[in-house]
Amino acid sequence: MERKVHVQTTINGEPAEFLCEPRQSLLECLRDILNLTGTKEGCNDGNCGACTVTMDGRIVTSCLVLGVEAEGAEITTIEGIARGNELHPLQKAFLEEAALQCGICTPGFIVAAKALLDQEPHPTEERIRWWLANNLCRCTGYDKIVKAVQKAAQEVTL
Amino acid sequence: MKWFDYQAPRNIGEAVEAMTLHPTARPLAGGTDLLVQMRAGRRTPDLIVDIKKIPELNQLHFEPGLGLTLGAAVPCYRIYNDSAVSRAYPSLAEVANIIGGTQIQGRASIGGNLCNAAPSADSIPLLIALGATARITGPSGERTIDVAAFCTAPGVNVLQPGEILVSIQIPPTAGGARYLRFIPRNEMDIAVAGAGVSVTLSNGNIQSAKIALASVAPTPITVDASSLSGAPVNDDTLKKAGELAAAAAKPITDMRGTADYRRHLCAVLTRRALASAIAAAKESK
Amino acid sequence: MSTQYNVIGTRPIRHDGADKVTGRALYGADIQLNGLLHGAILRSPHAHARIKRIDTSKAEALPGVKAVATAADFPAAGDKIVDLGEGATPLSYIRGNVLAQGKVLYRGHAIAGVAATSAHIAEEAASLIEVEYEVLPCTLTAPDAMKDGAPILHEDLHMQEFGKKTDKVNNVADHFRFSIGDAEKGFEEADLIIEREFHTSTVHQGYIEPHNATVLWNNDGRVQVWTSTQGSFVVRDTTACILDLPVAQVKVTPMEIGGGFGGKIPVYLEPVAAVLSKKSGRPVKIVMTRKDVFEASGPTPGSYIRAKIGAKRDGTFTAAQAYLAYEAGAYPGAMVGPGAMCIFAAYDIKNVTVDGYDVVVNKPSTAAYRAPGATNAAFAAESVVDEIAEKLGIDPVDIRLKNAAKEGTQRVDGPKYRRVGCVEVLQAIKASEHYNAPLGGPNRGRGIGIGFWFNVGLPSSCTISVNADGSVNLVEGSTDIGGTRTSIAMQAAEVLGIPAEQVHPSVVDTDSIGFTAVTGGSRTTFATGWAAIEAARDIVRQMKERAAKLWETEPAEVNFENGVFSKNGKSMPFAELASKIGETGGPIVGRGAVNPRGVGGSFAGAIADVEVDPETGKTQVVRFTSIQDVGKAIHPAYVEGQMQGGSVQGIGWGLNEEYYMDTTGTMRNSSLLDYRMPTALDLPMIETIIVEVPNPGHPFGVRGVGEANIVPPPAALANAIHQAAGVRLRTLPMKPSTIMEAVWAK
Repeated sequence: MERKVHVQTTINGEPAEFLCEPRQSLLECLRDILNLTGTKEGCNDGNCGACTVTMDGRIVTSCLVLGVEAEGAEITTIEGIARGNELHPLQKAFLEEAALQCGICTPGFIVAAKALLDQEPHPTEERIRWWLANNLCRCTGYDKIVKAVQKAAQEVTL
Repeated sequence: MKWFDYQAPRNIGEAVEAMTLHPTARPLAGGTDLLVQMRAGRRTPDLIVDIKKIPELNQLHFEPGLGLTLGAAVPCYRIYNDSAVSRAYPSLAEVANIIGGTQIQGRASIGGNLCNAAPSADSIPLLIALGATARITGPSGERTIDVAAFCTAPGVNVLQPGEILVSIQIPPTAGGARYLRFIPRNEMDIAVAGAGVSVTLSNGNIQSAKIALASVAPTPITVDASSLSGAPVNDDTLKKAGELAAAAAKPITDMRGTADYRRHLCAVLTRRALASAIAAAKESK
Repeated sequence: MSTQYNVIGTRPIRHDGADKVTGRALYGADIQLNGLLHGAILRSPHAHARIKRIDTSKAEALPGVKAVATAADFPAAGDKIVDLGEGATPLSYIRGNVLAQGKVLYRGHAIAGVAATSAHIAEEAASLIEVEYEVLPCTLTAPDAMKDGAPILHEDLHMQEFGKKTDKVNNVADHFRFSIGDAEKGFEEADLIIEREFHTSTVHQGYIEPHNATVLWNNDGRVQVWTSTQGSFVVRDTTACILDLPVAQVKVTPMEIGGGFGGKIPVYLEPVAAVLSKKSGRPVKIVMTRKDVFEASGPTPGSYIRAKIGAKRDGTFTAAQAYLAYEAGAYPGAMVGPGAMCIFAAYDIKNVTVDGYDVVVNKPSTAAYRAPGATNAAFAAESVVDEIAEKLGIDPVDIRLKNAAKEGTQRVDGPKYRRVGCVEVLQAIKASEHYNAPLGGPNRGRGIGIGFWFNVGLPSSCTISVNADGSVNLVEGSTDIGGTRTSIAMQAAEVLGIPAEQVHPSVVDTDSIGFTAVTGGSRTTFATGWAAIEAARDIVRQMKERAAKLWETEPAEVNFENGVFSKNGKSMPFAELASKIGETGGPIVGRGAVNPRGVGGSFAGAIADVEVDPETGKTQVVRFTSIQDVGKAIHPAYVEGQMQGGSVQGIGWGLNEEYYMDTTGTMRNSSLLDYRMPTALDLPMIETIIVEVPNPGHPFGVRGVGEANIVPPPAALANAIHQAAGVRLRTLPMKPSTIMEAVWAK
């Protein structure tokens, strides 16, 4: 019998619940059911990082997580990064350093970079590049993205 | 994707029961291979059994003298974030850190890498070189087999209907080990060839060495390295190890590289990995 | 003499910035509508086959399916020829690529569309459509497709040669020749002649956002489209053409676009979604999978090129000749024309002949990719130039400087350059710290390359309205792929003497702005910027009238400078006068509609340092500098971004990217795992040197900056690899196995 599943979870600090089919990915649930379209789909097989969210503190590609796996988990999406009306230092740095062009990869980069800075406030350039290797950007050549993360790292610790 | 049902059992018994009742069921750990294959229509299970809520499959426990118990569902990041495991098996921590990117490592498990049985699996040659065994449970009880015998064909393993991999057991190591792969990018890539090597030393000579290769046969393969026992640690020995690997490789030409190039890479990677493993063995003494 | 600007040359925060760092910006796939259905496309598993029968009954019977469409649902194309901005093309080709009729010409070719209540059901339904094929042999490369006896893609395609239709039916759609001087005589004057053959693979633009379209065929007969596209008016006109509707019966709302690079100009999904919407009475959204993007959108041509240059002992080039055969994919239109114009465009050579061949093959129909056709060509020409420099013992920059194109140089296709910056780019390379720095290690090499792109003008529209608070609203039709809202707004701000932040730019739908051509050809900051300048000037003219009214004088007596209106000691800043528009006559709206000539071509150079592992052949880029004549950098940070992004796409093209096709025409690496675009970990910082030789054809000296930067990198890398590994690679990509095989062959 094909029945949808009721999922109770926490998204961006708020309790959330939804009904989904087991075959729906977390990405689909966020976008199509919860209307959180800031998380983007680029490849649907875990190789571009545009759908990056944090799940219980770890970054994951939400296209490779089933929506039903969110049961009891804590999810953070790009919509939960700004502090109220105040942009997160990473978001500010991305704007100041012109670290986006088309912007489709930006939510994934910001969510991924924030997870890095949360655990390592002073990453080296090499470490930033390593951490972000699962996030593809086709516009910038990464130069300004890496610089924005470096800049935000300074601001976060100030 | 075709419709499937989802269960998340809390213990091994429930998992085995579900897997037994549904012959096409697939266990889900990180899902980073399974969901991709399902989306591509390569696998069409009617049930997904999420094994991440089963305590035994989440075990990560190192006991000096006994070795490492690595639960089948333990995601890569837990391995390299665990200081005791990283100290005891630096080569394993390194492999956990090169499978996929950061996001993939938040989900993917070594157990899943083994069960997926890809010829290119990065962890399997190292597990073979480390002498790892696989603990399997199923409807007719428990069994343990060598990781070296686990994969039987591309994407196929020894698990019988109803069976699941519970954990991987890695014995204590007395020497050094290293896995090296060749990829055209620096991350996020599938090995064109890979070599896992472990070595123990005695009086400055090689006491024993184990070599296994990725991406050069339908399954990860073991190279007979017994002729290296007793050999001195020098460039000739390293070169000989490389030649043994190249001779054992049975590569094909595909989008990732030609057969000749892959055979050549086996020699280069084995030589480099052995040199690195020897250095690690000296350091650990 | 440099002009002083207040806004131009500064680095304001982009106007759409907050939306794009918070996830609020709405891209094509983000649209949600009441009653929305989800679509899926059935695609051909064969590279070349006749469709004998399509049976959609099982798909239609699946619960949740609301409509199925095939080519039979489109109005007949007949033999209509249309020009939708890419030259005259048979409508049957454009339509045939959207849904195949009669034959499939590449694996991934769309055959039918399904709309259902969920994407999963639509996908399942598409797989239930039964198609009976007669599989035909396929042909996959230009040299193979040109052979006698090669499988013929289009039985009705007569080869055009030197501008005339012939009665030959082969896979060559067009053979043309450009010629200046007398190449044969020029080669006789040469002391050294080098001729080499080059092969380049099909590559993809690699935008991260897949193609998408959402269409509502409304009950009043209007067709409303939401999509991410480089040109909303192209989508409007193409969709209307395929559906045989008056153009303005279609309204296109451009959503934010997640990259394009030329690949989001063609239309793939909109007409199918429209038919599905008409049949179901509900809006339909279709989003391509990544595999579809690789297999069924428009990559850029693979090519075979022969390039020959003759030089005197002192390095002077006496003649050049080239043969270019580009793979158009399934339908004619490979970018071989621009390739032929660009191959020697950086040099002042008096005797040049270039032959170009547009060849159809069983691969996806190709599209533009950033300086389309020029990168393949520069890889060939710049490799030959490097070899000549080496053989003659001349520094690679010096030999290029000696022959560099300048004002008055005639290109092979005829035009003579106005003021261009080729020499200045080369001088910047020569003077750079990078070019003069030590290599810093073994197995390293340094190479340079230069390249050219024309840039284009084309029509653009803009309106500006004045707000009482002293700000203005700017409305335009150029979809913003890389910050052009801001580079356009800055030009208006400069004219109006107000800060960039006081301009509020909007990109609007096709009902709400005058015709505007695509965001492409490096034209947006140039042409839509110019429309904004015109609209701003219109504002200034009208504001002067208001000031004149207040001061009881003639408008011609009112001065306007640095944002302040003045006359005889009386003055009023823009904002103050704006606050009085209500009392001085009501709203003020300025308009700009342009189709500018005066396009300035752009030259770019690259310096690449590489390290090649002698045992694996793997190339690591250790240092890279992009140098470009940008005319005038409006927003330098985004200019640098264009240079860095183009450079890295060029690096990917040079080192690893390729369509790896098996003999049946199946792409074996149609994922972002195996297509191997560069990751952050594969690259160093990309240094930039902005050269500013103002374009005399634009009010602020703007040249387009989007494209020329991708042209030199593969050549620069090849030249660097030669120094590092001792082998000259003449095949792209220069992947590790190719380098190793070349080393072994030596």
